[in-house]
Amino acid sequence: VAAAPYGGPIGRDGPCPPGNTSRKEKSPSARPLLEIYSASGLLLASMPWKSGQLVQLGWTASEDLLCIQEDGTVLIYNLFCEFKRHFSMGNEVLQNHVLEAKVFHTEYGTGVAILTGALRFSLATNIDDLKLRRMPEVPGLQKPPSCWAVLSQDRVTIVLLAVGQDLYLLDNTSCSVVTPPGMSPSAGAYLQMAVSFNYRCLALFTDTGYIWMGLATLKEKLCEFNSSIRAPPKQMVCQSPPAGAWSRQRAVVVAWDRQLMVAGNSKDGELRFVLDEDSYLVPELDGVRILSRSSHEFLHEIPEASQEIFKIASMAPGALLLEAQKEYEKESQKADEYLREIKDQKLLPEAVSQCIEAAGYEHEPDTQKSLLRAASFGKCFLDKFPPEAFVRMCQDLRVLNAIRDYQIGIPLTFTHRPAPQGCASEPPPCPPRLVLRRLYPLAIRICEYLRLSEVQGVSRILAHWACYKVQQKDKTDEEVAHAINQKLGDTPGISYSEIAARAYDCGRTELAIKLLEYEPRSGEQVPLLLKMKRSKLALSKAIESGDTDLVYTVVLHLKYELNRGSFFMTLQNQPVALSLYRQFCKHQERETLKDLYNQDDNHQELGNFHVHCSYSEKRIEGRVGALQNALDEYYKAKNEFAAKATEDQIKLLRLQRHLQEDFDKPYLDLSLHDTVSNLILDGHHKRAEQLYREFKIPDKRYWWLKINALATRGDWEEMEKFSKSRKSPIGYL
Amino acid sequence: MAAHLSSGRVNLTALREAGRRELREFLDKCAGSKAIVWDEYLTGPFGLIAQYSLLKEHEVEKMFTLKPGRLPQADVKNIIFFVRPKLELMDIITDNVLREDRGRSPQRDFHILFVPRRSLLCEQWLKEQGVLGSFIHREQYSLDLIPFDGDLLSMESESAFKECYLESDQTSLYHAAKGLMTLQALYGTIPQIFGKGECARHVANMMIRMKREFPGSQNSIFPVFDTLLLLDRNVDLLTPLATQLTYEGLIDEIYGIQNTYVKLPPEKFAPKKQGEGGKDLPTEPKKLQLNSAEELYAEIRDKNFNAVGSVLSKKAKIISAAFEERHHAKTVGEIKQFVSQLPHMQAARSSLANHTSIAELIKDITTSEDFFDNLTVEQEFMSGIDTDKVNNYIEDCIAQKHPLIKILRLVCLQSICNSGLKQKVLDYYKREILQTYGYEHILTLNNLEKAGLLKPQTSGRNNYPTIRKTLRLWMDDVNEQNPNDISYVYSGYAPLSVRLAQLLARPGWRSIEEVLKMLPGPHFEERQQLPTGLQKKRQHGENRVTLVFFLGGVTYAEIAALRFLSQMEDGGTEYVIATTKLINGTSWIKSLMEKLEPAPF
Repeated sequence: VAAAPYGGPIGRDGPCPPGNTSRKEKSPSARPLLEIYSASGLLLASMPWKSGQLVQLGWTASEDLLCIQEDGTVLIYNLFCEFKRHFSMGNEVLQNHVLEAKVFHTEYGTGVAILTGALRFSLATNIDDLKLRRMPEVPGLQKPPSCWAVLSQDRVTIVLLAVGQDLYLLDNTSCSVVTPPGMSPSAGAYLQMAVSFNYRCLALFTDTGYIWMGLATLKEKLCEFNSSIRAPPKQMVCQSPPAGAWSRQRAVVVAWDRQLMVAGNSKDGELRFVLDEDSYLVPELDGVRILSRSSHEFLHEIPEASQEIFKIASMAPGALLLEAQKEYEKESQKADEYLREIKDQKLLPEAVSQCIEAAGYEHEPDTQKSLLRAASFGKCFLDKFPPEAFVRMCQDLRVLNAIRDYQIGIPLTFTHRPAPQGCASEPPPCPPRLVLRRLYPLAIRICEYLRLSEVQGVSRILAHWACYKVQQKDKTDEEVAHAINQKLGDTPGISYSEIAARAYDCGRTELAIKLLEYEPRSGEQVPLLLKMKRSKLALSKAIESGDTDLVYTVVLHLKYELNRGSFFMTLQNQPVALSLYRQFCKHQERETLKDLYNQDDNHQELGNFHVHCSYSEKRIEGRVGALQNALDEYYKAKNEFAAKATEDQIKLLRLQRHLQEDFDKPYLDLSLHDTVSNLILDGHHKRAEQLYREFKIPDKRYWWLKINALATRGDWEEMEKFSKSRKSPIGYL
Repeated sequence: MAAHLSSGRVNLTALREAGRRELREFLDKCAGSKAIVWDEYLTGPFGLIAQYSLLKEHEVEKMFTLKPGRLPQADVKNIIFFVRPKLELMDIITDNVLREDRGRSPQRDFHILFVPRRSLLCEQWLKEQGVLGSFIHREQYSLDLIPFDGDLLSMESESAFKECYLESDQTSLYHAAKGLMTLQALYGTIPQIFGKGECARHVANMMIRMKREFPGSQNSIFPVFDTLLLLDRNVDLLTPLATQLTYEGLIDEIYGIQNTYVKLPPEKFAPKKQGEGGKDLPTEPKKLQLNSAEELYAEIRDKNFNAVGSVLSKKAKIISAAFEERHHAKTVGEIKQFVSQLPHMQAARSSLANHTSIAELIKDITTSEDFFDNLTVEQEFMSGIDTDKVNNYIEDCIAQKHPLIKILRLVCLQSICNSGLKQKVLDYYKREILQTYGYEHILTLNNLEKAGLLKPQTSGRNNYPTIRKTLRLWMDDVNEQNPNDISYVYSGYAPLSVRLAQLLARPGWRSIEEVLKMLPGPHFEERQQLPTGLQKKRQHGENRVTLVFFLGGVTYAEIAALRFLSQMEDGGTEYVIATTKLINGTSWIKSLMEKLEPAPF
């Protein structure tokens, strides 16, 4: 048997037929049954247990059932006995088997602790982010410890275990013996231990019936008792109020077969109850749930406000106010007397607050109502009493009453209620829990009632509903997609891609694609489409988004997925993708670039491509060869200018090589202008003249060039000759 | 540090603060001492967001430049790569990581910060190289629009124009749209969007789409901007080619302003102290930051250069008069008051000295014959004179092998002012260029043709005169000292882009439909619905605020012209300027050139 905290559901496995006993015995003949009940005892789901031997059941913080098997496998089921996933606690556990297991909750999430057959502990602090930790060996441990518990201190998870009269503390690296302060030396061997919900308090029970209670840090003793019962208790629960709560009391609840004892540090000493049936204790933040075959009770300390009001013959302001209101309804003048009494002491605000507070702790709507009525009555006689507390209490109670209904069965107490809006970073937990139970309409109504923003409330619920909806196999894809879009529309905060992903997980690819159509964010659409192998659709979605990175991602994906031919064909139809891929090739695969241009007969670009290539050639033949290719392409592209220019360049290169050989000076790679200029500078006037004619250098430029070069050279004789050869086309200044 | 950002109508400090916050958050994620390995291109823009001191406060102890090989020794816990998402850079990072000594202890943790966006492509690339797992944090730093001044934002994306118009790679437009979304998140939804050009249309579409992607986040900020005007650079290819004639524009033309800093020849700035004359002339270039935080600069930056001299001499008189005051200070109170003003006066004096020196440097150039000839040709083209034949001056410049970029600017300018050149003229120029500067420039010429800067006249009709007349792009009676029209920024030519902005504000584009059709790309108008509570009720006399976004770059002269419009008394509109990159003709043409280095034989 296991029950989840915060009034959560109950899971149990028992022999067939179900419901007779809650012991964890398995009759080997019949298949055991795994059953999940709501806290009000309604059967939510059941299934025959087909897997291995179960050692322990537990619930995660998100209300999933953990089934820990003997071989260390942990299976996770949801509230409806639907299998979610499984994980293993490691090889060591597999070999040595699970002896005992505990499920615990810390700020990191839900954890699992295992004691193996080899008497070693293994821990996983958070099952959603599984990191197995094998604790160090306990020296000299020969038999299983009599009792052990998981503690969480300063964000470190440690194990406390008792062997006989010794206590050991196991942390990540070492094992140390500890002694609780103030522990009576004659206390005897430890039989049972319990840690409070918030890991602050620790209770130890020894075989002399002695109970020690102290801080979980083992630094301070809080109190001790003698139960005078030596029998080992069946269960023990330690209770410590949360920080800032009204109560300073700490208590320990010990259950034997037919007896329940409550002991605390208050003056009242201890209380004993008789148990009629086999019972199971569920520790809660503010009390203990007592579960038996026929009933489900909640044992808690009575809050101060309730005590004050309902104590017999109480004269507390709240009690008087309640009385005043009752008299007022009876139209009795006593109402005024009571009211006067409170007002004389100037305690009316306190009275109202007390009534409001006490209403919160009541489970009966009638009592809640009468307390609230009293508060509202008292408020009439006050100026400027801030209304928030009253309004919020009414709201909270309406929600709490709604979910406490036996058909819903989430008996949350007022202390459990979510923090007020605004200071809560997360949305309140009740709608998510309703969603887990597939109680979508109620969840939506609560969100609307609490005026939660759509993104926080309704959208999430609708998204969950849709994820559930896609699993309904009896409807066609069209119907489901239509139904979902009808309900969800453009509700802000809805992620259609998440729903689609779920549909895809259920094997409904077509439905997923239909749903993705409603998704406005391409960044979300594209990865899923790729996963579903709808790459071409993914490509057009990526292009629509304008996010080039997304386009690149799809393009490269396509490149690996398709053969070259169809890859190129796909790109042909998507110019944006094509030009991006060209960019990619320019940097990474120049040869592919050529193929791309070839494919669309882009001769101009092919020509440019060859020009590019020619400049990286290290030999002149290579250079000329590449230029020759460029020349051909430019002709094909009907770019006569470029073709002619390329032809000239080939001619020039060849000439330059001759010059270089003839004069043993570097000429290659100079521009025509510089070649001629250098020739003149070196006095090779004939050769210069030859180039001037061959390449049809305009007269004007040739004159400038020659005059400049001759002047630089200081060759005034040649200059004079030149000046007389023809009339200067650039004048004489 | 950032007072100049809050001086304008829109307080851009908020944007800078948002950027700083994001940076701090990331740095704090990597606990312990850090070294940053910089993609060198990012250091300039980052300097405008956060100085070294901020990095230091967050335990950044060392900075390196990203280059292949082994990372320098540094005893730090974290190595963070600040990079643009480019595959070339990923290869360098891979090399760095693979060469890291695995034996060293303690091990250094690696992280990547992608600027401005995380890229699946890059991560996939790193994964294929087997190093993706080495990075603990891989995050993005959405530095899209960087505040440069109180009314100026730039993405400093150098290759934006080239990518959009030559390579059909619209990545920078996606970043621009994202940047505008960030801006709207901080300054409210911009109710009206106007645009002209293909890229403008694309950006507007993406903005509308992105808004739909987050329907839940209804923006509840009162809109600061009334209008967004998106302009493609290719709608106005002409303006950047002309030589800017404002003070700031000329500084940029001559020395190049990089991320608000300019490097100047040191000679003019030698400290004039007696006794050590000429002993140690500074050899390092003088580096100055130019923004409106400097009072004098704010006053003269946008003036026509011909009007700067008189302001400087007036300032000089005021300052020396102020210093003279000390002789009149008699009482202790007067002296005290004088002394309290001293730091401000001294700052003003050194600012004046700096700008006098800069003005002298510029004057040397603007008074040169060549500058004058060049300008004359530009102005002839822009006013429509002899645009259809080979120009003598250009021919001579080629013959004398003037810098190629200068030639390209002039030829492109002529081509645009003639709606394309006659095939014969075009081929002549091209041949001249190839013969003089080398065949390898054939690819550059091809790029210019693809971008539309250089083209043959195909339609046989020259639209430019119609456009010029309708939009009044050429003003003969320009007043440089006390301008009454934006044409003062080019001493006669009114930048087309700014004229479009001006006409949009009044009387509206409907009046120039015909001309708009002649310019490339669609023009459009979109409205973004505001919740009723946020709709503006304009106070009487309150100016509208328009954000003009130049996709593909903007020049300082255009900025000056928009500032001039903001200041016009009856203008009714104030402008904030955003762009992909601050450009001038030279840097722009350079970005379009194909760098072809012949392999050595």
